Amino acid sequence: MTLAQLQQQAAQTWAQFDRRDRRRVLIGAATCGRAAGALRVADAFRSEFERRGLSVDSDTPAASAASAKDRVLLAEVGCLGLCYAEPLVEIQAANGASVLYRRVTPQLVPKLVEAHLLGGKPVEHSALAVMAGEAIPGIPKFEELPMIRQQVRVILRNCGVIDPTQIDHAIARGAYIGLAHALQMGREAVAAEVTDSGLRGRGGAGFPTGAKWSFAARSAGDEKYVICNADEGDPGAFMNRSVLEGDPHAVLEGLTIAGWAVGARTGYIYVRAEYPLAIERLQTALEQMRAGGLSGRNILGSGFDFEIQIKKGAGAFVCGEETALIAAIEGRRGMPRPRPPFPAVSGLFGKPTSINNVETLAAVSSILQNGAAWYTQFGTEKSRGTKTFSLAGKIERTGLIEVALGTPLRTIVEDIGGGVLDGKGFKAVQTGGPSGGCIPAHLLDLQVDYEHLAEAGSIMGSGGMVVMDEDSCMVDVAKYFLTFTESESCGKCVPCRMGTQHLLRMLTELTEGAGTPGHLLQLRQLSEVVKKASLCGLGQTAPNPVLTTLQYFAEEYREHIEEHRCSAGVCREMVEFWIDADKCNGCTVCARNCPVDSITGEKKQPHLIDAGQCIRCGACRSACKFGAVMVRPRSRVMETSEANA
Amino acid sequence: MELRFDSILSAYDRSRQNVIPILQDIQTHYGYLPVEKLDEVAGYLRISVHEVFGVATFYSQFRFHPPGKHCLKVCEGTACHVRGSQLILDALGRRLGIRPGQTTADRKFGLERVMCVGSCALAPAVVLDDTVHARMTQAGIDRLLDQEES
Repeated sequence: MTLAQLQQQAAQTWAQFDRRDRRRVLIGAATCGRAAGALRVADAFRSEFERRGLSVDSDTPAASAASAKDRVLLAEVGCLGLCYAEPLVEIQAANGASVLYRRVTPQLVPKLVEAHLLGGKPVEHSALAVMAGEAIPGIPKFEELPMIRQQVRVILRNCGVIDPTQIDHAIARGAYIGLAHALQMGREAVAAEVTDSGLRGRGGAGFPTGAKWSFAARSAGDEKYVICNADEGDPGAFMNRSVLEGDPHAVLEGLTIAGWAVGARTGYIYVRAEYPLAIERLQTALEQMRAGGLSGRNILGSGFDFEIQIKKGAGAFVCGEETALIAAIEGRRGMPRPRPPFPAVSGLFGKPTSINNVETLAAVSSILQNGAAWYTQFGTEKSRGTKTFSLAGKIERTGLIEVALGTPLRTIVEDIGGGVLDGKGFKAVQTGGPSGGCIPAHLLDLQVDYEHLAEAGSIMGSGGMVVMDEDSCMVDVAKYFLTFTESESCGKCVPCRMGTQHLLRMLTELTEGAGTPGHLLQLRQLSEVVKKASLCGLGQTAPNPVLTTLQYFAEEYREHIEEHRCSAGVCREMVEFWIDADKCNGCTVCARNCPVDSITGEKKQPHLIDAGQCIRCGACRSACKFGAVMVRPRSRVMETSEANA
Repeated sequence: MELRFDSILSAYDRSRQNVIPILQDIQTHYGYLPVEKLDEVAGYLRISVHEVFGVATFYSQFRFHPPGKHCLKVCEGTACHVRGSQLILDALGRRLGIRPGQTTADRKFGLERVMCVGSCALAPAVVLDDTVHARMTQAGIDRLLDQEES
């Protein structure tokens, strides 16, 4: 089949799906939507339709009687990125009024069906935005939402818009045009086009993608491989998962283009086993590609043969490193090896191999579709294009966003993310996961691009951003990341294996109140050694969280060492819990939840925590509905009296 | 059972690169990796059993003991950490009387910690079997387990 034929069929399917005169319900059902209860909401819609005698259309072209009175379309779509408002449901009435609803519960469903879907009247108190149709007073347009307004959606162009299990939707929205262009252009011209676009690797290191392909293409040998690295291992990052779940064809198209440019006949996509839905979506997408002649022999009549295989990761953070990932696909322990030789010369099974990140490949398909010149309009001189970030932590609007590179951090945190949760004080934003660093408040005007983040001691990484507020302890954060890198270090090289162990030991001592001034010097020195002497990226970047917190939050380290005090109230050895008598109404729920019976008090009277017995587990604090359980730095007086006792 | 095991092996050709997919299939089937089966994997792939062990022990996905009937995983990703996942893990440990990596005496619940399930925007997350429960609290833990035990 030719692309034109595929497009013709796709256009019909999409026109049915995207009709404005049709009742439809779209449910955001990516992993985060599901976690918030999207599938229960979907069930509630189905039973409500049944109760009212509405029949549910599957959105195939055959279901053309869709505007009939008793029919409704129900589809599960990917993630729109407004995760804080999940589960999200878009409802369109027969009059074309289409509204996105937030935090939809099964209880709300009958009302939404009655008022909006059938009655055409939006339910204002749960509405988040108007998706299409005429403006509705009191409800903002989707494009004008503060979280959306400053975003540029290239990678996320289809996420939450299409049904990711339908190749027709992707094709109707432009998928595989880039591949068709590439196949006409010739291999070298494709790599040159990507070089001209200025695209750099989105996995973290930022190596120019076009150059990477050229190296592999020029290496001798007729057998070559391309690999998509979908082993998104950074804790606190979920950009790649959302793209794989919401628009798998964009990634598979990019991988096929890479295969063509490099001269490979086989591509692998290495996905974390922790992402079952992403794997399912990829499998479906791959079958559809084969059926449409977009994968396999003689793709789109070009004579190019290319097969993609999905490899499930088995859990090892170090496999994000190229040579370790190759070892994992070969069926070995996922340990890195020294480079050179680089994978472009000797990679998978000893053959020239190019490895690209999920987001890089999704960008490739839109670059080949729209041209390098189009792509260079986004971003800065040295960091072209857009980048997705997952916003999480102590921030009002958590979610998945995409901005042009060079956007100030303040725009991301304050305008898009809505600032710190519950109006608390901003302390830091962590970028780049365990390989990155913590950027403090005074650097909030920093431009987010490869160069400026590196200057601040952090890295772009794959795009995780975790916001910390005044209740986050930066020594604890450093310890948290070292706990991670220490356990994920593969153990092959000594600086990383032993270095992370000792960094973790020292940080643990600090958080337990056993720190000395000597710790600070040792932490710095050892960090430098680990950075310089480790074999691979894991060890070379593992000290970054320590070094940036030492640099920007020296006062917190000093406080832990000299005063045995954790002013954020996180380090358990240094805090105590107490009940604010003004807020406590004596409901007894704290006492009933205390695992060690350290809370006493009469009903309807303020309660009291016995600090000597308290294990500082926080059960009372999370159970109290009145915010009466407080945390404060433990007083030295008490520590001394405990020591005397 | 044995027939099923043979069909796991025969679904793959005898190439070393299939060792991880085979181990994954075995674990899906038995819930863990029975040690004696690793000999057969080694024989089938014509590699040393030590190499099979080397691979199986390297990756965190594989376990060598039967899991509990229900598997509770507490996400310890960065976002979950700053939103209090440690307190959730402690609370689960107290309630079940086990530490992460252990299974209750009645084999009903296993408790594990995982690094990031990618539900960071809805932290903290707990995964019960295959369902992700978002925005978890200590009180939420109790409700979840009460439901499962009743």
